Amino acid sequence: MPTLTIDGEEIEAEAGLTVLQACEIAGKEIPRFCYHERLSVAGNCRMCLVEVSPGPPKPAASCALPVADGMEVKTDSDMVRKARQGVMEFLLINHPLDCPICDQGGECDLQDQAMAYGNDGSRFLENKRAVEDKDLGPLIKTIMTRCIHCTRCIRFATEVAGVPELGATGRGENMEVGTYVEKALSSELSGNMIDLCPVGALTSKPYAFTARSWELKKTESIDVLDAVGSNIRVDTRGPEVMRILPRNNDGVNEEWISDKTRFACDGLRRQRLDKPYLRKDGKLQPVDWPEVLSVVGQMLAGTSGDKIAAIAGDLADAEAMLTLKELMDSLASPNIDCRQDGTRIGEGPRAAYLFNSTIDGIEDADALLIVGSNPRLEAPVLNARIRKRYLMGGFPVGLIGENADLTYRAEHLGAGPDTLQALIDGSIQFADVMKDAERPMIIVGTGALARPDGPAILAQSRKLGEAVGAVSGDWNGFNVLQRAASRIAGLDIGFRPGDGGRRTNQIIAGAASGDVEVVYLLGADEIDTTALGNAFVIYQGHHGDAGAHRADAILPGAAYTEKEATYVNVEGRAQQTKRAIFPPGDAKEDWAIIRALSESAGKKLPYDSLEQVRTRLAEIHPVFADIGEVTPAEWEAFGIEGDIESAPLRNPVTDFYLTDVISRASETMAECTAAARGGNPEKTGTDG
Amino acid sequence: MSAPRGTPPDIPQPEGFSFNPEVLEAAEAIIAKYPEGRQASAVMPLLDLAQRQHDGWLPQAAMTYVAEMLDMAPIRVYEVATFYTMYNLSPVGENHVQVCTNLPCWLRGSSRVVEACERALGIGMGETTEDGKFTLTEVECLGACVNAPMVQINDDYYEDLDASSTETILTELKSGGTPKTGSQIGRRSCEPIGGLTSLTGDKGASD
Repeated sequence: MPTLTIDGEEIEAEAGLTVLQACEIAGKEIPRFCYHERLSVAGNCRMCLVEVSPGPPKPAASCALPVADGMEVKTDSDMVRKARQGVMEFLLINHPLDCPICDQGGECDLQDQAMAYGNDGSRFLENKRAVEDKDLGPLIKTIMTRCIHCTRCIRFATEVAGVPELGATGRGENMEVGTYVEKALSSELSGNMIDLCPVGALTSKPYAFTARSWELKKTESIDVLDAVGSNIRVDTRGPEVMRILPRNNDGVNEEWISDKTRFACDGLRRQRLDKPYLRKDGKLQPVDWPEVLSVVGQMLAGTSGDKIAAIAGDLADAEAMLTLKELMDSLASPNIDCRQDGTRIGEGPRAAYLFNSTIDGIEDADALLIVGSNPRLEAPVLNARIRKRYLMGGFPVGLIGENADLTYRAEHLGAGPDTLQALIDGSIQFADVMKDAERPMIIVGTGALARPDGPAILAQSRKLGEAVGAVSGDWNGFNVLQRAASRIAGLDIGFRPGDGGRRTNQIIAGAASGDVEVVYLLGADEIDTTALGNAFVIYQGHHGDAGAHRADAILPGAAYTEKEATYVNVEGRAQQTKRAIFPPGDAKEDWAIIRALSESAGKKLPYDSLEQVRTRLAEIHPVFADIGEVTPAEWEAFGIEGDIESAPLRNPVTDFYLTDVISRASETMAECTAAARGGNPEKTGTDG
Repeated sequence: MSAPRGTPPDIPQPEGFSFNPEVLEAAEAIIAKYPEGRQASAVMPLLDLAQRQHDGWLPQAAMTYVAEMLDMAPIRVYEVATFYTMYNLSPVGENHVQVCTNLPCWLRGSSRVVEACERALGIGMGETTEDGKFTLTEVECLGACVNAPMVQINDDYYEDLDASSTETILTELKSGGTPKTGSQIGRRSCEPIGGLTSLTGDKGASD
């Protein structure tokens, strides 16, 4: 390892690191605009200049200079300071002095670094250049005069997001960053450019002029709008979530989040259930908690267990599902299901429903087969990880199901599940690719598993995985890509039909025929709620969507930003949200509602605090005791062999922006959908 | 002033573009020079071919056509085409008169050449005559400083100019003639104006 001296301090740095990285190891802060550790090196802002000897007697850009043995680096000499001041002076020549009206103010790299290296006046007497703003769609607001041409957004779009639509056109004074031809960015990760932009050129359109960074309360939490479990920071002011930003977690989302995660938060303010309701004379009427609890409690207590059923939706947390399961157990009802999309997973070992390779493990794989999934729409951040692996080279990708642009080259092998058999037989060429790979990976999506023949497809995928050596030694390349944040926790808890119990579709059929008299929907909105016949429907959740519309009793719950709750992500990693704000109105945390209801149904659950629920969770499954970690699952046989229909696999997500109650309530997401469909909603007001 | 090069010019754009068969053949020959997977290297000569085929300017359709042919993202081609000023992004006249006004030419009287052009054509810098025959632009150094001042008209250089020789060239072009290219004062290539000043003696003679 090369040894170099940084400001008189000797350190060892791995060969291949840059001087800037070595300086960071040595604890020296190097200012920078264009350099970003997750993007390629551009070396065009020149802010990271340091003095290096031996070498030419001039400052060197540390971000693009590899470390070498015997280097002497000075990060704070007169030459360095003077050079950086010069760079800063040039950057400020054309940068407008509009910090007071700029949304980046207070969290702006240029502002911060100008405090250290800026002059107190300007020697530039000419006019500043002005650049026309670009229309990048409903999420990103542009004020291009502020752009300092660091090209981070261009590199992000090209490298990480895989949509090479941004570029730098023109030259010199006339260089502009944009799409050249007007168009909205077609990426599900575009919001990350806002974080990457070191100045206020790209800012959040929905958040524009609403808050300053220093007046926000920051709460570290977990996203639930897909199954990835991205780590987020919820920024709130008073009772409102103002914005959501990513948190770094190398194992999960690196430092990216999807546009839905980031921008659906305005949906938390709309369509909220803030009071309990009871249907009286055919109309939902607001009531108080004691009344709704006593009516619902009596209804549960007065109905025999086999005529009661419960379905948990996609956003339900582990604590709520545990308490609801135990309530249903105490009512002797076996009819519970957390798989509202009808997938029959979770009936076998844990490895049968997890993303076993782990998200980080994607980078170790050397071939990939995707079955019945479009990870770009179902888990954009995970898809970015696949793309990252793809860009490293030597990563053939095969796709069975609907063909789609996944941002990396994927060979479309076939539309129907019969292609799986062809792969097992080795009758198509991709079978050899999988066999020759040392660590092949298979991702089975819910598009393949939600069909009636799902268990057979699961079994066949497992057979294929075993045939190509996807499971060997410490490598488990068999993955199921869940879409719902609640699913893994639900299956870990065992929120699925007991002996003789009904599955989701059987519950709905039972309700329609009158065999099921009471249906408890824990945030389940993506089922056919109109088909529930005359059953008494209890809806517990936070948004007035399909479920609440059909309900006879509404128990207002808390959204993920309003409760301390546990979710298990697609890899089986338990993570906890933190309460950023209080639920609106009379709404309560979900486990507490069920606990109160159990008392009025005469089956009081033994929990008086969240800690007690969590202790019980940890007893049921060790995953809940190990927050933030992934425990590999044991490999066993699973799936039910049987006939597989030849009908083509369909992807479950057709509209990325509208998948759950929160995003459906979000105005921003509606605009994104309109823009993605090619419509250009007319702008109003003075903005944009 | 037209729009800065970084933004698309506000002009009507043709619907589509494709290479003529013989141009396509030339394009394929250029692409074949580069190793498999490195076709993007051919972007600049292909844009030049497109510009030559399309009356001396590059419409957006041509850029996307070239992008598709080379398996590049269209924006990458836009970046190249907007960077290099010799790609014309809006229509130019039949004769594209490009006057060098950089230092050596200016010291040798390029401002009089500019005046002569403007007078002879009746247009200003950056403009095109109404009949579409001439476009006048100011360009940076074209590398013929030794014979300054000079203009480039389409692919030809006209050097050692003054006001009257400039006007003569333009008048001849107007009437459809082909003026003499190169130095207008009779010197060969870039030899000294007054004839050779060295290597004038006999080959073998010693001084």
